[in-house]
Amino acid sequence: MEAHVRPSPDEIRGWLAEVPDPEIPVISVVDLGIVRDLAWEGETLVVTVTPTYSGCPATAVINFAIEDALRARGIGNLRIERSLTPPWTSDWIGDAAREKLRAYGIAPPIDGTAADGQLLGRIGRLTGGSNLAVACPRCGSNRTERVSQFGSTPCKASWRCTDCLEPFDYFKCI
Amino acid sequence: MGDTTLVLGHRLSEWCGHGPVLEEDIGVANIALDLIGQTQFWLGLAREIEGRGRSADDLAFLRDVWDFRNVLLVELPNGDFGQTIMRQFLFDAWHVAMLRALTSSSEPRVAEIAVKAIKEAHYHLEKSADLVVRLGDGTEESHRRMQAALDILWPYAGEFFLGDATDAVLAEAGIAPDPASLRSAWDATVLPVLAEATLAVPAGTFAQKGGRRGIHTEHLGRMLAEMQFLQRAYPGATW
Repeated sequence: MEAHVRPSPDEIRGWLAEVPDPEIPVISVVDLGIVRDLAWEGETLVVTVTPTYSGCPATAVINFAIEDALRARGIGNLRIERSLTPPWTSDWIGDAAREKLRAYGIAPPIDGTAADGQLLGRIGRLTGGSNLAVACPRCGSNRTERVSQFGSTPCKASWRCTDCLEPFDYFKCI
Repeated sequence: MGDTTLVLGHRLSEWCGHGPVLEEDIGVANIALDLIGQTQFWLGLAREIEGRGRSADDLAFLRDVWDFRNVLLVELPNGDFGQTIMRQFLFDAWHVAMLRALTSSSEPRVAEIAVKAIKEAHYHLEKSADLVVRLGDGTEESHRRMQAALDILWPYAGEFFLGDATDAVLAEAGIAPDPASLRSAWDATVLPVLAEATLAVPAGTFAQKGGRRGIHTEHLGRMLAEMQFLQRAYPGATW
């Protein structure tokens, strides 16, 4: 490839749509909504990535994976930048990715239920005091209950189904 | 902010593998992770402002006790699980109030960290408040332990609201709130939960202080000895 023929950001985004999230490999870093921007600065590609949870240990691995994938496509000159604004929200996970999560056994996030400071209202919602129904990703039943709002990774909560009795992960909303 | 989240994050990480039940072990480890992640943002900003070439890791691992500006509450040993949860609740209630104020900081780099961190802090508060009620209004033994924890920790909570000349400058510039201004929001969160937990608020207004001036309890040095061991023994080690 000649130096002046630079792949477009859309084309690059398509490549990154094949880079799996290291913790939840059925969805890609693009599905997750953490690739915020792709832009050329002269001959340097600047990839802007936002973290999901502040302390997510996968953040560094994701950056390596993005860099690896782009180098494999011949982009040697690149820089990964972190952006915090706007902060990542689980609402950014696309519809197709939600189906992939469900098929993988993770109940996808329900938009608009992130912790928002309405403490008692939120406790009510999550303990069955409202119509929030997290469907079991295995049998589809809405008769489920939360075991713990902290799960196997920072972005997941532990739930169980009271019909099929299977435990499952629920994508934690922020 | 960064020292307080770092020290508490490390204290919580000491529970990893020792929690009373699996879900709590995982929950506490997750909160530790969030706090250490937030520490990377705060100390990252501190190193940027300092501009002397020290990294966030240098600030975490190569400063000594008197350089730390965390409140004393977070450096206290964990005690039993009830005491850890009570400390977390008293901290979370302040953390949410502080972060909420910082979201409108005149310094955009402060505001953006606060906007990110408050989403996580709400989850932490939800969990610790829930457990304080369940354990306080639980069995005779869990109630006794939670009351004992509150009696030990209460005098340390007052430090959150004490300001100094630096705080006054920050408040004047709209960068951070006057610490005293957070008291009413904290009371409004903490007191109803303690009442629901059937716990008695200790009498007296004496507040332990010193952490924010670098004057610490003997516990911080021991904690740093463990936390900083690797970088002290093998300077520059990476993996």
